Amino acid sequence: MNATLPMPSLRRSAAALAAFALSAGALAADPVKVGLALDISGPFATGGAEARDGINLAVKLLGNKLGGQPAEFLQADTAGSPDQAKQVVDRFIQRDKIDFFTGPTPSNVALAVGPTLFAAKVPFITSNPGPSQYAGAQCNPYFFGSAYQNDTWDEAAGKYATEKGFKSAVLIAPNYPAGRDHLTGFKRRFTGNVAGEIYSKVGQLDYAAELAQMRAAKPEAVFFFLPGAMGINFIKQFVASGLSKDITLVTTPASADEDTIAAVGEPMLGLFSTSQWSHDLPNAANEKFVAEFRRAYKRYPTFYAAQAYDVIMALDAAVRDVGGKVQDKPAVLKALKAARFDSVRGPFKYGNNNFPVQDYYLRVIGKNGEGKITNRTLSTPLKAYRDAYFEQCPLKS
Amino acid sequence: MTATLLIEQLLNGLGYGLMLFLLAAGLTLVFGIMDVMNLAHGSLFMGGAYVAAEVHTHNGSFVAAVGVAIAVVVMVALLLEVFLVRRLYGRDHLSQVLATFGLILIADDLVKMIWGPSPVMASAPAALAGPVELLSGLFYPAYRIVLLAAGVAVALGLYLLVNRTRIGMVVRAGASNRAMAEFMGVRVGRVFSLVFLLGAALAALAGALMGPITAVQIGMGEDILIPSLVVLVIGGIGSIRGALVAALLVGLVDTIGRAFVPMALATALPPTVVSDLAPAIAGLATYALMAGVLVFKPAGLFPARG
Repeated sequence: MNATLPMPSLRRSAAALAAFALSAGALAADPVKVGLALDISGPFATGGAEARDGINLAVKLLGNKLGGQPAEFLQADTAGSPDQAKQVVDRFIQRDKIDFFTGPTPSNVALAVGPTLFAAKVPFITSNPGPSQYAGAQCNPYFFGSAYQNDTWDEAAGKYATEKGFKSAVLIAPNYPAGRDHLTGFKRRFTGNVAGEIYSKVGQLDYAAELAQMRAAKPEAVFFFLPGAMGINFIKQFVASGLSKDITLVTTPASADEDTIAAVGEPMLGLFSTSQWSHDLPNAANEKFVAEFRRAYKRYPTFYAAQAYDVIMALDAAVRDVGGKVQDKPAVLKALKAARFDSVRGPFKYGNNNFPVQDYYLRVIGKNGEGKITNRTLSTPLKAYRDAYFEQCPLKS
Repeated sequence: MTATLLIEQLLNGLGYGLMLFLLAAGLTLVFGIMDVMNLAHGSLFMGGAYVAAEVHTHNGSFVAAVGVAIAVVVMVALLLEVFLVRRLYGRDHLSQVLATFGLILIADDLVKMIWGPSPVMASAPAALAGPVELLSGLFYPAYRIVLLAAGVAVALGLYLLVNRTRIGMVVRAGASNRAMAEFMGVRVGRVFSLVFLLGAALAALAGALMGPITAVQIGMGEDILIPSLVVLVIGGIGSIRGALVAALLVGLVDTIGRAFVPMALATALPPTVVSDLAPAIAGLATYALMAGVLVFKPAGLFPARG
């Protein structure tokens, strides 16, 4: 339009004015921007794909809006790499000016991108990882551990293993922050003998050496936290090496949900796991979510999908409660913490460290009425349970 | 430590070592004889794994899957040799590294286009899914026994080919002194192509066999390329015998690092220190081995060029 102006300097200032006017005009109608850093490839890709499907379903059900406001969802792949995730987050903050952030599957990525987001005052509502660091001394008002704190799944599993009377157990997890948290959680509640504690490489897929150690240690149970493809291979190789005859496997949903069942099949029967969510939990929000998910994707959802769906629903409620004024950060944080939405896990509330106080369920894999191999909820080993780190968090209430 | 544990871990180390050998054998021949640094060797490995997984799911026959994987990868390698690698023979190593690194990026994106970014979970043939009792109390997965057997058979076959046949003689001559071999009237170009295709076939075989015990995914080629390069350096460039010895050494050291170092440390140190220290030592073990070998034998254990 102003290309016909003769003087270069005049042209430049006119362009600058036009740009300013445009941005000021855009500010009023700006959509709420949510940055999604997903694991579409890499070692956590199975969880990342599920989270993406859960998010897409929630966005579709909300009609591409959050709290009645138009919303924009920016997706990027981190490939499970903290470095790549940091670049994604820098771009989200500086270029896209996001209002909310969620998406990474692993804890090391959450820990890597957290400080940048907190400094930019962008609320980070995690759709999966709940590293102990953010639950304790490094807790932050801009971080919401909306799903679970890493240790808690395993505290429920440890309690179950103790009650079941297992006298000894070998534990295995990948050597990264969440791996440490999960095994620490199990040991906190397991009173039997820990006959071995193995930390394998992140993304390791061949467990021959570790399985030989387990054979030699002869424990009654093996507790493993190996998310994604790691767990799929571990279970297959565990069964192929003949260990399943004498040793009971106990795990978390990270290796006992629909993604793993689809890849492993029959050898999963009889596997025990503990989780804050299961697809058969009888509450209205969950029944709606599972039915819609099955209709959209022709399969049962995993906890990754459920948690990611929940995050979008939590954002929807928060944006609604602040009347769309997402720039008012204190109000946004208050609304997020109040969490006035129906979670698919059932009712929960946030503790002082922004981590949930909630129930944890014991599930076993069997065949359901339709002959499909899937999880069934058995009992509630931990009720209204709080993570072990909240006292180290300086945040009040 | 019991005898069964020791035997089982040795078998694990041998299995990993033999698979590394399949890759390193191709690398060492291509580098030793043709003086071409082919970083895309790992991509051929990945190609073998993907094609085998695809054929196995559709057809159900694992033998057919391995055969088709080798055939497809050899075809791809033939095109690569004619259109790219042949142009790199006279160039310096930097150009070769640049070109073949570019190939890795293209291969990864091609695979992503065809199969998508998520890993393909390949499975072992149903008949080999269970364990076999080797000795009393020592159960070992049947599939891994097949892997060991295949690795040993290929190693033996390569040994015979290189040391007992006329082609092998020409290959050895090319590896130890290329210029002299050319002067003696060897048609080096044809040997080059043959060696490149042989290397590709071995990489495809390794990929097809490794698929079911790892996961078939983008980047799997790069992950295994690095230990194979370590094997190449330890064994001495251009030497099949060196590649075999070095691959078995690396396989054993890696398994010992993962399996026995934590156990040994646990007797002396508290568990939290062990859990910090042991994975670090296991990760370093093969590189420490390489450094140690290079201190005493700067050209590797069995250098082809004297």
